[in-house]
Amino acid sequence: MEIVYAKEEKASVVSVSGRMDGVSAPDFEQKMVSWINEGESNFVVDFGSLDYISSAGLRSILVTAKKLKAKNGRLLLCSLKDTVKEVFEISGFSSIVPIFDSVKAAVEEI
Amino acid sequence: MSKIKLPATIGHLERLVGFVSDCAKNTGFSDNRIREIELATEEALVNIFNYAYPDGPGDLEVSCTPQQNASLKIEIMDNGMPFDPLSLPDPDLQADISERKVGGLGIFFMRKMADELQYRREKGCNILTFIFLMKKAD
Repeated sequence: MEIVYAKEEKASVVSVSGRMDGVSAPDFEQKMVSWINEGESNFVVDFGSLDYISSAGLRSILVTAKKLKAKNGRLLLCSLKDTVKEVFEISGFSSIVPIFDSVKAAVEEI
Repeated sequence: MSKIKLPATIGHLERLVGFVSDCAKNTGFSDNRIREIELATEEALVNIFNYAYPDGPGDLEVSCTPQQNASLKIEIMDNGMPFDPLSLPDPDLQADISERKVGGLGIFFMRKMADELQYRREKGCNILTFIFLMKKAD
């Protein structure tokens, strides 16, 4: 899994590629928590190159989303591939975290 | 049938899931269905890593057997604490962000992705048997 961070005017855009599994998900959570602790509060997470996610990945997203909610921040996801989208839909996570078709659409929402 | 036996630790996740993934690929499963098989397998493995051997190291074995009716049988065996994951209830999928619990989804995914899923305790071992059809029945 690779994580690329870009600070934009309205939001921090975090692009995640590869596989978010039991090994790599804690890494995502740790990075997100450190950016939140540095004062960032609006995040767009771009999953356009994410091939796979397991419950460990969903757990790290839930932990991050709860943390941001407590600080009145926002976590938006975008560009999910079909197999990743399926995992969000059957788990009910698509109604917990807002999902957009593109980075642009997500950033405009903030 | 092909099988692999490794220590039950998170450091072996990639190799174990890769093993199952290769079996499914060689059997002719689609990429999308392989992702679903990987998901169910990872969830079962992570449960074993976390709970089977509280008192020290232990091994687990994964076997893959292509079946005649365009399906794949995957068995995951450990000789740790007796644990039937199928005895646990599904998580509350309707809960909103503040109510939503962090656990329970793994077993839900195992059930959801497999066409059949059975647990048995035999000769001191936990054995989980998954059957995956090439095209998941809805």
